[in-house]
Amino acid sequence: MIRIANGQGFWGDSLEAPLEQIRRGPIDYLTLDYLAEVTMSILQKQRARDPRSGYARDFPEFVQQAAGDIASRGIKVIANAGGVNPEGCRAAVAEALRQGGAPRGMRIGVVKGDDVMARLDEFAAGGIEMKNLDTGEPLSTIRDRVQSANVYLGAWPIVDALRQGAQIVITGRCSDPALSLAAEIHEFGWAADDWNRLAAGAVAGHVIECGAQATGGNCQVDWRSIPDYAGIGYPIVEVEPDGTFVLTKHAGTGGRVSIAGVTEQLLYEIGDPRTFLTADVIADFTTIRLEDDGPDRVRFSGCEGRAPTEFYKVSIAYSAGYRATGELVYAWPDAYEKARVADRTLRTRLDRLGVRPDGIHTQFVGANACHGERLSGDPSPDLAEVLMRVAVRSTDRAAVERFTKEIAPLALNGPPVVTYIGGRPKIEDVVAFWPALIPKTAVEPEVSVMEV
Amino acid sequence: MPRVQLGLIAHARSGDKGNTTNIGLIALDPKYFAVLVEQVTADRVREHFHGICEGRVERFELPNLHALNFLLHESLDGGGTRSLRLDAQGKTYSSALLRMEVDIP
Repeated sequence: MIRIANGQGFWGDSLEAPLEQIRRGPIDYLTLDYLAEVTMSILQKQRARDPRSGYARDFPEFVQQAAGDIASRGIKVIANAGGVNPEGCRAAVAEALRQGGAPRGMRIGVVKGDDVMARLDEFAAGGIEMKNLDTGEPLSTIRDRVQSANVYLGAWPIVDALRQGAQIVITGRCSDPALSLAAEIHEFGWAADDWNRLAAGAVAGHVIECGAQATGGNCQVDWRSIPDYAGIGYPIVEVEPDGTFVLTKHAGTGGRVSIAGVTEQLLYEIGDPRTFLTADVIADFTTIRLEDDGPDRVRFSGCEGRAPTEFYKVSIAYSAGYRATGELVYAWPDAYEKARVADRTLRTRLDRLGVRPDGIHTQFVGANACHGERLSGDPSPDLAEVLMRVAVRSTDRAAVERFTKEIAPLALNGPPVVTYIGGRPKIEDVVAFWPALIPKTAVEPEVSVMEV
Repeated sequence: MPRVQLGLIAHARSGDKGNTTNIGLIALDPKYFAVLVEQVTADRVREHFHGICEGRVERFELPNLHALNFLLHESLDGGGTRSLRLDAQGKTYSSALLRMEVDIP
């Protein structure tokens, strides 16, 4: 049996969680997921400003703090912290190990080859179309606005790095479940066509990849009785060589591992449950059996899988204009009615100014912003306050900029009893995503392991 | 047959993929799974999210987990990073679904 812990569900997740995973009990592997879809385009911009950046900086900071434990206990760490600069990340991690007092000689593996930004035209010339999976449009529609393009690689390049003795493996983009699946393949020697075991491994990776969402975080069932959110434990899977596993967390930590919470997480961000698609295997979620295995323990078994497709998924980020969001808070009485009048006033002014953004959307936070007017019902005139939130989007930056100057005046020249939050709204660049497929044969994952 | 809000017999979690929201709906007790299957149809969910979901709704059954999974296409104003909505990733659509009324035996 091996223990694989996850200590990071996204870049911006708890800084303490990975340290706690190492310090609060036994683990063999620690996986850290830093890359949300939008992260790659942000990192791409950072690298354009400074060629040494472009990776998740939280990761080397964590390594420095944990260097002693990682070295003395032989814990292996697999993280997609490399972003668009895995080599730069390795250099920073090597330095962090030195600063953290780890003995020399540790091996760090890097997986590259996911970044296909520089190859897009070569692909197009070679007949690889990369049409938008949702709309069928050709990539040429947005080619000149592309900011990053990354393939979701699978587990095998990580396995290769582990086989070469890497104790820390840094990847760029790879499918989220691949981080822990690679550990299982490496430890148990699973074959590349052992579909049921690979599927079980992909399921384990899927359940832990969002951190504490598997251990009582964001869980609807009996939420009031979930112990100690402040000290919530992050997920750990105890995996057997046959692929069955128990999901748990360290003893004495907060949160709760229950069938209810685990089921919510199994269904999180999936499509057709019979076809959970990764680069390495397709898992059938309708075959999973869950059983209570004691306090804070849920056993997974029965998972069936089948061969994946001949394609990798590619995520292409492209620039799609500008956006700004303005907010004003209206107080009791008749807060909702006042906020509605303010919204109409703002729109009339924008119209008179000739400011016509491609999209404008107003929501009334406290009244009906999350579920909409129809489902939320009529707001009470006694609401203590309502936040009016107006967002605009346009390919014309000037239109968005003009909008940002029309929020503050409303505080003095519109409906009464209002407070203004912050300064003028900031103008954001909008990044959109172009999902596409690419034949696996067109992409060469690169693995290198270095002693530092 | 008493009419109740879905939240009394089920729980849910929702998330995004592009411009699509998925909502996993799980019976709080296995005996209620049949109610979900019979009454929480794709058509009803589409009607429930009128004004929020502009595309089709797909439904998948997971009898092993006493659960259904719904895909609400074109429900995020262009997707997480483009959306002008406060809940750009559909994270709160889970409890929006639980407002639906169903008849229980």
